[in-house]
Amino acid sequence: MLSQAVQFLFSGLTLGAIYALVALGFTLIFNASHVINFAQGEFVMIGGMTTVFLVGFGLPMPMAIALAVAAATGIGMALEKLAVEPARQASITTLIIITIGASIFLRGLAQLVWDKKLHALPPFTGDAPIGILGATILPQSLWAMGVGVLLLLALRWFFARTLLGQAMLATANNRMAAQLVGINVRRILLLSFALSAALGAAAGILIAPITLTAYDVGTNIGLKGFAAVMLGGLGSSAGAVLGGLLLGIAEAFGAGYVSSAYKDAFAFVIIMLVLLWMPRGLLGGAAAERV
Amino acid sequence: MRRDTAVLLLLAVGIAVLPFALPNRYFYDVAILAGINAIVCVGLNLLIGYTGQISLGHAGFFGLGAYASAILTGYGCPAPAAMAAGAVIVGALAALVGRPILRLKGHYLAMATLGMGIIISIVITTEDRVTGGPDGMAVAPFGLLGWSVQGEEAWYWVIGASLVATVALALNLIASPVGRALRAIHGSETAAEVMGVDVARYKRMVFVLSAVLAALAGSLAAHYSGFVSPAKAGFMHSIELVTMVVFGGMASTLGAVVGAVLLTVLPQLLTVLKDYELLMFGALLMGTMILMPRGLLPTLETLWRRARI
Repeated sequence: MLSQAVQFLFSGLTLGAIYALVALGFTLIFNASHVINFAQGEFVMIGGMTTVFLVGFGLPMPMAIALAVAAATGIGMALEKLAVEPARQASITTLIIITIGASIFLRGLAQLVWDKKLHALPPFTGDAPIGILGATILPQSLWAMGVGVLLLLALRWFFARTLLGQAMLATANNRMAAQLVGINVRRILLLSFALSAALGAAAGILIAPITLTAYDVGTNIGLKGFAAVMLGGLGSSAGAVLGGLLLGIAEAFGAGYVSSAYKDAFAFVIIMLVLLWMPRGLLGGAAAERV
Repeated sequence: MRRDTAVLLLLAVGIAVLPFALPNRYFYDVAILAGINAIVCVGLNLLIGYTGQISLGHAGFFGLGAYASAILTGYGCPAPAAMAAGAVIVGALAALVGRPILRLKGHYLAMATLGMGIIISIVITTEDRVTGGPDGMAVAPFGLLGWSVQGEEAWYWVIGASLVATVALALNLIASPVGRALRAIHGSETAAEVMGVDVARYKRMVFVLSAVLAALAGSLAAHYSGFVSPAKAGFMHSIELVTMVVFGGMASTLGAVVGAVLLTVLPQLLTVLKDYELLMFGALLMGTMILMPRGLLPTLETLWRRARI
């Protein structure tokens, strides 16, 4: 019994770490620009697919990973410059449609540059399962959780200790005030897209050996990331991580104990129930509307 | 002539003369699909464009309508009765779910409606004993007392008439005090409340109305194609519907029709590009929304008015 629960917890935490990274990407962009970037999932796809193909060309794994993250970062910055910035005056709904257009475009580009097949990335360090408390865990899951935690700590340090991080926080808090104290908010916006794309790509590379990757994996994982953000509370980084982990764990336990066909429904039922009681998510704070 | 009457007349005449330009069954098929999408979008536009409440789950209502028709006619229920039953079920569900959901705002509302749509589509996919599961199920033709709608040409007129009726309903609603209340809610919920608008009731009303229109369109689509699959209730279909509304122009009934027609026809045109289809579609969607953030029709109307002065 216990070993089964531990098993579900492991797979939940692995998924949760990935969702948390994607959710953090959403949060970074939302805080800088108030845009919900529906192309976030495509960064995950680009990370995974680029790595698969670079490794296929015979590049060593670490180099392939670095290049894939760089490629996604570049695409993220291009997205901001070419699609989001020219439409700054547009309504929120229009911006959502623009990012949906971008995600369709990137998917189209991916199936053109690569193909429509499923691809597996070899695990970073072998695939011999490790036994813990009667349950088994794949080394790649440890990588996903470990790198996830490291990236979180790095982000924390970045926001708490560096001038640039503080400037990003200031812009998120009050764009006008940030501009008045001399922060280049347009650069901050670009940076948030770059960081967010890099996080997404990292998530995509970490999960590719476990769940396989293809040109169209972005939609589903982007959806889960968005759900995690809303569960935790829009705009809150801690909320994004909490939401991601809870969603991953709910999915794993729901699939294990209730029904694997309904595992996705399970997660969404939880989110809707939470929103009924806490209309701004778990850590979203109290609602206040300016008229 | 009032502007609404002109719009309605324009649409009716357009639908009446279009068959002269439709050389074969394939073109009729595209026109029918566009008409079905337009019915849903006119309803959805009342909710998104006029009332300012987003829904990323309307394909769920469309799917429920379609499956209600498919399942009930399968048990020998007459098609019009099955269609009405589907509309009533969806209306009741929307009223029930709408009460708590519509208290949410902005992105949280988007999340809740998205969740609702996904739950509906998962239930349809999973309960395969009733729905045929991922493979979908066949649907009997739309008929009553031995008479039935068969063939593209007959369906074209059924869908065309339904679309004109839907647009007439939407135009009337918007011009009525209810329409003014909806626009007041879009402007500011608090201000509308202060002026005595029962915000929660009106939001629920328009949510139910748009859901029922989606369900009716779903029933028609199921009978027309003789087949339903869970994809019709899925997340991607919901996104397509919202995209059509925003593309054509929010808060413009004719815009919703134009958006639905263009985004139904465009993928058909782009199939000649084969592998480049998805790429082009995404680029066109992005480009149009960047250049015309208010949508196609409102932007063109402004340009037209400026050109006349």
